[in-house]
Amino acid sequence: MDDIRIGLAGNPNVGKTTLFNQLTGLHQHVGNWPGKTVEKAEGFLNFNKHRINIVDLPGNYALSAHSIEEVVSRDFIVDESSNLIINVIDANNLERNLYLTIQMMELGTNLIIVINMNKFAKKREYYININELTKLLGVPVVEIEASDGTGEEKLLELVEKAVNNPVDSSKKLVYGKELGEHLQDLQKFIEEDKSLLNVPSSWTAIKLLENDDIIIEKVKNSRFSAKIFKELEKLQKHLNDVFGESSEEIIANYRYAFIDGLIKETVQKPEIEKITLTDRIDNIVINRILGIPIFIAILWTIFQITFIVGTPIQNLINHGFRILGEYILIIFGKTWFSSLIVDGIIGGVGGVLTFLPIIFLMFLMISILEDSGYLARAAFVMDKIMHKLVGLHGKAFIPMILGFGCTVPGIMATRTMEHERDRLLTMLIIPFMSCSARLPVYAFFVAGFFTIYQGEIILSLYLIGIIVAIIVAFLLKKSLFKGMTSPFVMELPSYKLPSVKGVLMHTWEKGYAFIKRAGTIILAASVIIWILSSLPIGVEYGAQESITGQIGTFIAPIFAPLGFGNWQSAVSLIFGVVSKEIVVATYGTLFGVVESGSGITATLHGLFTPLSAYAFMVFVLLYVPCFASIATVKQETNSWKWPLMMVVITTLTAYTISFIIYQGGILLGFG
Amino acid sequence: MEEKKNKSIKSLNELKNGEKGTIVSFNDKGNNELKRHLLGMGFVKGSEITFEKTAPLGDPIKLKLKGYSICIRKNEAENIKVQLVI
Ligand SMILES: Nc1nc2c(ncn2[C@@H]2O[C@H](COP(=O)(O)OP(=O)(O)O)[C@@H](O)[C@H]2O)c(=O)[nH]1
Repeated sequence: MDDIRIGLAGNPNVGKTTLFNQLTGLHQHVGNWPGKTVEKAEGFLNFNKHRINIVDLPGNYALSAHSIEEVVSRDFIVDESSNLIINVIDANNLERNLYLTIQMMELGTNLIIVINMNKFAKKREYYININELTKLLGVPVVEIEASDGTGEEKLLELVEKAVNNPVDSSKKLVYGKELGEHLQDLQKFIEEDKSLLNVPSSWTAIKLLENDDIIIEKVKNSRFSAKIFKELEKLQKHLNDVFGESSEEIIANYRYAFIDGLIKETVQKPEIEKITLTDRIDNIVINRILGIPIFIAILWTIFQITFIVGTPIQNLINHGFRILGEYILIIFGKTWFSSLIVDGIIGGVGGVLTFLPIIFLMFLMISILEDSGYLARAAFVMDKIMHKLVGLHGKAFIPMILGFGCTVPGIMATRTMEHERDRLLTMLIIPFMSCSARLPVYAFFVAGFFTIYQGEIILSLYLIGIIVAIIVAFLLKKSLFKGMTSPFVMELPSYKLPSVKGVLMHTWEKGYAFIKRAGTIILAASVIIWILSSLPIGVEYGAQESITGQIGTFIAPIFAPLGFGNWQSAVSLIFGVVSKEIVVATYGTLFGVVESGSGITATLHGLFTPLSAYAFMVFVLLYVPCFASIATVKQETNSWKWPLMMVVITTLTAYTISFIIYQGGILLGFG
Repeated sequence: MEEKKNKSIKSLNELKNGEKGTIVSFNDKGNNELKRHLLGMGFVKGSEITFEKTAPLGDPIKLKLKGYSICIRKNEAENIKVQLVI
């Protein structure tokens, strides 16, 4: 038999991913939609000699051109050679869920409707007449429980049937006489152009009435565009006169009117809604007084678990690699080969692996928060601050806070944000949150130059990072992200006990994706830096005569206006791109002092004044984050554009701020 | 714009905790994106909305409509007029 290709569609939080995991098990692959930052999960299963390929579409409320996620889903339904769409619906929320269903029906999609979370709905005394619903919609409807696999067998049988006998689901859709007739007038004009008929003409007509940008563009290219738009304008004016509303509103009203009809016929609800557990929990969790303390407590817990548990494991891995390195040195002696293994490969692989504990732990936490429904509450509680300060969605708060621990999980956590532009902007400012790897650099310089005000100096660096992030976000919104509106509108899903399997699968997927995709970039970059630091043959690793050293010497004058125009600083900054911890180690090596004792302090005082040391720390705080962060942005956005943008923005920012601090300090007499 | 001098018509963001209203009009004030999104989420004429809560910092607000909870910012709710249901 032929392969079957189906898409899973539905609102967010309806259990789509749970069903997808249930159906495909470990036969899945997570990637991105071509050229998009939107995640694409594909998988397959075998059923009755068919291979059923399943694509998990993004969770959407509608199929407008409103967001990239919606466009992705729509394109899949329209363009891709799929046999069938499975529409997952939450039994507790039929009305709003059906709004998406209706839009897929407008496209004439071959549909199966899967009603999920029935147990919970029955508890609330919602009863759905499945047979009646099947009849009224004209497409198969089946009840399942995604979390435990109930109804899966029946669903697969229906899939097989529906693939063999596709139905045009637009047939049962009725929009009342008034609108229906007008739509037909418009359809007549559309149907004259065959090239517009890869989708139902009625759908094109509806989308035109909804002022859908993409469809308008498409129709503009038609030979008959003038006629079509003339008719459209006439129709919009007419509808406006009759209803006193915009055509978009009228279409939405008709859709909901159709749904109301369906609900009346098929759903029985209690007279007075039962108070749900979710209502009770929300009374406490987003309470005026307790809301923020609870949020802080949860955030604190995530931090503790991620970094307090993760860091020792991280150190253990580091330690293991160090021992391994020492053994290799003993066995092979101090040759270029052992240097390649120790400095290049172990350094690189170690760099990747040391991130794993915190990435796994962080994703574990985030998955639990997201699946349980709390993440949306956190965004609700924190939105005002985020919106006021950086003009971002409340959901940006957690990723940014995680950035103080490590930029990499912070960037990965932006996945919880729905809108691409919000995500990108958040990713670009997370590096300014001073990550924990920068702390050793501060500690090193503070100990050398600011013995009295250690704490205050370090605190000031964190604050500079936050203030710069706010300013950069502001500037980006005025330039690169011009016209970006980030509406807050967000559903508060009901609380659920996250499933162990779901959370673990999610965590594993993310960790694995990091190793596979970011890992290769980090490794390659580390080896390149090694080669540059070891050539020409015979030089001491990273010495001034090495290529890295020569580059450092060459670019050093650029940093003169910032107060640290010496080649050692330039080289340590180059190494700092591999990872920030190395900055300090580099100084150690460069000065030929093994242990950082008084010797190194004296040498440092020859290179820096307190002012230039401070400017240097600010530069380290703000400039290019490590390769791992750059690789993560590449992995998350699926293009080199955004990581490069990040490199440029952070470098420019670091240079500007350090320049202001150093030159300003000199003017004020701190030189 | 006809200005109904009806006291029981309010902006959605002016409701008090627990108050209910049905949507009578939705002026997008040029923010078409937002309106389109909200229409899809069920903010159509005649929908009944319950005002549930304000966030701890005073914004956004939590509402219930069509059997589910949603939160929006006050300035997003401002242009939605509702008729109080008692
Ligand atoms: N009780 C119950 N919970 C479910 C069911 N299906 C999914 N969930 C839970 O609902 C939450 C959201 O599910 P998910 O699959 O991530 O939804 P998606 O956003 O549609 O992909 C998770 O916490 C799931 O464990 C179900 O059939 N019954």
